[in-house]
Amino acid sequence: MLEQQPRDKTELDARFAELYRTHLRDVYSYSYYRVGNHHDAEDLTEQTFLQAYRHFERALRESNGRPLRPWLIRIAHNLAANFYRDRSRKREAAIEDAGMVSAPHTTESLVEGREELATILAAVQELPDDRREALIMRFALGMDNREIARALGRSDGATKVLLHRAIRQLEGMVSDTSGSIREG
Amino acid sequence: MSTGAAEFESLLRQALAPVEPPADLVVRLERTLVSLTELAQDELDSWELSAMRDPRNWVRPAAAAVVGVSAGTALVALRVRGRHRSRRQQSSGLLDLVGQTVRDAADEAGRILRRG
Repeated sequence: MLEQQPRDKTELDARFAELYRTHLRDVYSYSYYRVGNHHDAEDLTEQTFLQAYRHFERALRESNGRPLRPWLIRIAHNLAANFYRDRSRKREAAIEDAGMVSAPHTTESLVEGREELATILAAVQELPDDRREALIMRFALGMDNREIARALGRSDGATKVLLHRAIRQLEGMVSDTSGSIREG
Repeated sequence: MSTGAAEFESLLRQALAPVEPPADLVVRLERTLVSLTELAQDELDSWELSAMRDPRNWVRPAAAAVVGVSAGTALVALRVRGRHRSRRQQSSGLLDLVGQTVRDAADEAGRILRRG
């Protein structure tokens, strides 16, 4: 269904506020799993919304009523790419405190002490960028294939294949790691 | 989907659980967004000559005047303010810091105007 374009600046700002409230956690989750620590995830989230605000009117116009989450995540994706390029940083080897994922405001209750989940999380960080991102979008953000395709600028079919391969590769990596631990 | 695959995806979903943004980020971000549309006008409205005595206050009104009343102005001020610490570390003295700050504001305003 096509949404009506905002009539004035006040309405535009109200629509942006709604987008912000709805997707702050998505952008933050994506940023966190992408950069691997809370400090940079905060910066990335802030920059994403500032940039989104600047281009919001045009995005609304061009979205033809489609959800704006893929557009928002694509901004975060581009900023994250710049983040590594500009600062000549390497992606962190693993999520902050990957051994137990002890972030104060996150998933520690679920993950803490669960070696298996920590192993999976560490393996996610070792995946090629596009596979890792697709998994973050699917499992952390709950995006469907079409949304992920739009965020990554791929076709629906290519995205389906990408996700399938990412899961299979990850499963293999986790299985290898578990095997080594058992043998060790 | 096989049981094993479903189980693995379930574990993956748990490992990649959504991450709640910290409360201070929420507060900061909301404040920033609220101020975006108002900041430039406020910068000019609240401008007082006495503030000119302190060079640290030069950059924000200067940026506001250059770009005008727009969201872009807010971004100039935010970005320039955000880089203040690194400029302070790099500058050799107060005059140098002022010079760097003004150049930074002009560069940022130019960038935003070019993007238009």
